Amino acid sequence: MFRHRLAVIPAAALLTLAVAACGGTTKDSSAGDSAGAQTGASADPNAKLKEGLKIAFLPKQLNNPYTDVEVGGGKVATEELKDEYKLVGPNDASASSQVSYINTLIQQQQDVIVVAANDPNAVCPSLNQARAAKIKVVTFDSDANKTCRDAFINQATTEGIGQSLAKMALEQAGGSGEIAVLSATPNATNQNSWIEVMKTELAKPEYAKLKLVKVAYGNDDDQKSFQEAQGLLQSYPNLKVIVAPTTVGIAAAARYVGSSSYKGKVQVTGLGLPNQMRQYVKDGTVKKFALWNPADIGYLAAYAGAALSSGQITGAEGDKFTAGKLGEYTVGKDGEIVLGPPTEFTAENIDKFNF
Amino acid sequence: MSKRLASWDSIIILLTVAVLVIASLIVDNFGTSRNFTFMVLDLMPLILVALPMTFIIVTGEIDLSVASTLGLTSSLMGWFWNQGLSIQTIIPLCVLIGAIAGALNGFLITGLGLPSLAVTIGTLALYRGLAFVVLGDGAVADFPLSFTNWVTSGATNILVLIVVFALIFGVVLHATPVGRSLYAIGANAQAAHFAGIRVARTKFWLYVVSGAVSGLVGVLWTLRYSSARADNGAGLELAVVAAVLLGGVSIFGGKGSLPGVLAGVVLLTALQNALRLEDVSGQALNIVTGALLVLSVLLPNVVNSVRGNWQRRRLRQSAV
Repeated sequence: MFRHRLAVIPAAALLTLAVAACGGTTKDSSAGDSAGAQTGASADPNAKLKEGLKIAFLPKQLNNPYTDVEVGGGKVATEELKDEYKLVGPNDASASSQVSYINTLIQQQQDVIVVAANDPNAVCPSLNQARAAKIKVVTFDSDANKTCRDAFINQATTEGIGQSLAKMALEQAGGSGEIAVLSATPNATNQNSWIEVMKTELAKPEYAKLKLVKVAYGNDDDQKSFQEAQGLLQSYPNLKVIVAPTTVGIAAAARYVGSSSYKGKVQVTGLGLPNQMRQYVKDGTVKKFALWNPADIGYLAAYAGAALSSGQITGAEGDKFTAGKLGEYTVGKDGEIVLGPPTEFTAENIDKFNF
Repeated sequence: MSKRLASWDSIIILLTVAVLVIASLIVDNFGTSRNFTFMVLDLMPLILVALPMTFIIVTGEIDLSVASTLGLTSSLMGWFWNQGLSIQTIIPLCVLIGAIAGALNGFLITGLGLPSLAVTIGTLALYRGLAFVVLGDGAVADFPLSFTNWVTSGATNILVLIVVFALIFGVVLHATPVGRSLYAIGANAQAAHFAGIRVARTKFWLYVVSGAVSGLVGVLWTLRYSSARADNGAGLELAVVAAVLLGGVSIFGGKGSLPGVLAGVVLLTALQNALRLEDVSGQALNIVTGALLVLSVLLPNVVNSVRGNWQRRRLRQSAV
């Protein structure tokens, strides 16, 4: 008897839902059934940047050292702009935890939300509600679906990174000689596309005397990268530069070279984190390496948000605005704003960076 | 009547009303219709899962696998959608799969006589693991707008859904023999058995209902965030248990009321919403929720022991 009574509940739920099951909407039939982009007003490049805007930063998660540097840059920019800075965020980087925070920011009537989306789609309905409430949405780090934000701060283009790697290799090799690449995994998308650009660069006349002898893979594993660096130097005794476009690889290669007789003879360069690379830069193993400056990402995002909110730009391709010390920027396709070439770190400037 | 007023669930209801009134008065932007919508949407998964959870805790058991069941159905919803099934088929299918997940819990607990805490901690890991097997780290997001809008476009649809479910569960718990048998089981399962209540069978169906509701919430969650993901709803089980206990349901079973639980859920959600509007950080929010929970377990015990002492003293005095 109890069985029947309790069974009524799921049965009723099923029945209600089944009744709705008459039509049949499938993936194919609903194709194209997605949120449309907002059509914005036209930009006024001469509009003055407003003061006192409320700019809120919503990173993926709070208390992450890299993120702290990013939003720190945003704080500097809001101070320059005489705007109000606010930092909120969830304790966990789950897909849905950001939504409550976006809703709160809508209620608080912020002017700009700068967000690194944990899930490009989960935040979409809320972000579009924010935009309907005249809040400008700028994404950084990881983009939201492009139909639900006004601009995206892209930290670096593939071309920018690849060119910078080739340039540093040429400098470190002193204009000629053998170089090798120590990458992450053989199928790492980012690294492979950077190496492709690097190879295209190396084919140019000014790189004619530089010879790429090998691309080795350390699988972004410290020990494997260390061994691969060792192997490279044994196989190619004339090697002048190891280029590691991965933070794990460059640190391992620098550790090996710095503790071997190759120190000073073989240069290590690539993409690395200043805190990991500081000792190798100070002891002379590494002269120069690069990475985008996370503080500039937050800084640019704040300026882009202020420009959007003041009507200087609408996020359309070709809109121009000035981002304080970083200079003039042009909005690219799909509202993308590219930060620019990566920052180069040397013994002179490395102590200014802490991330 | 005075006893009724002093009971924990009436205290919590009064407290909830007080928080709502005070927050509307002193927190900017709290009492707006848009914020009401946001709160209803935040309430929805908690409240729906808390309904069957209340039944289960009243019988002295627990179901910690609810959030993982939610994640599993969310994952499967995405996978089915990618396979080209129609959404009208997927939704009942997901509820059914939730019910099956609940039935497995029910079988292990009542059929094999295993403790529900151990079983549902196990299936908490198991169902979440399966969810990741189905969808990995990916997400499926292209659900039809007409369905996602049904959830996100305002409070009405969800509010009606919550009210209907709360009414059904409330009536079953407080106005039917089934409901009374749940309290009997929670108070003393053996006595209930001898009173002719089919303890095992009742518990089994409670887990099936809990699974089915979790499956439905998995669907609603997916539509709300237009994102089917394996990690959806992670940690929700603890929030639900917290709300149920806060609402005055005894973790040892046999005690508690659904209005108290509803108030507990509203209290937690409203408090978090208001504090967030006041820019209280996430960590501090956790502290508030945690402290509230500890108090909700502690206070009734303190009140009881004080009352006990007082009665004993009176008895002693009258004996002298």
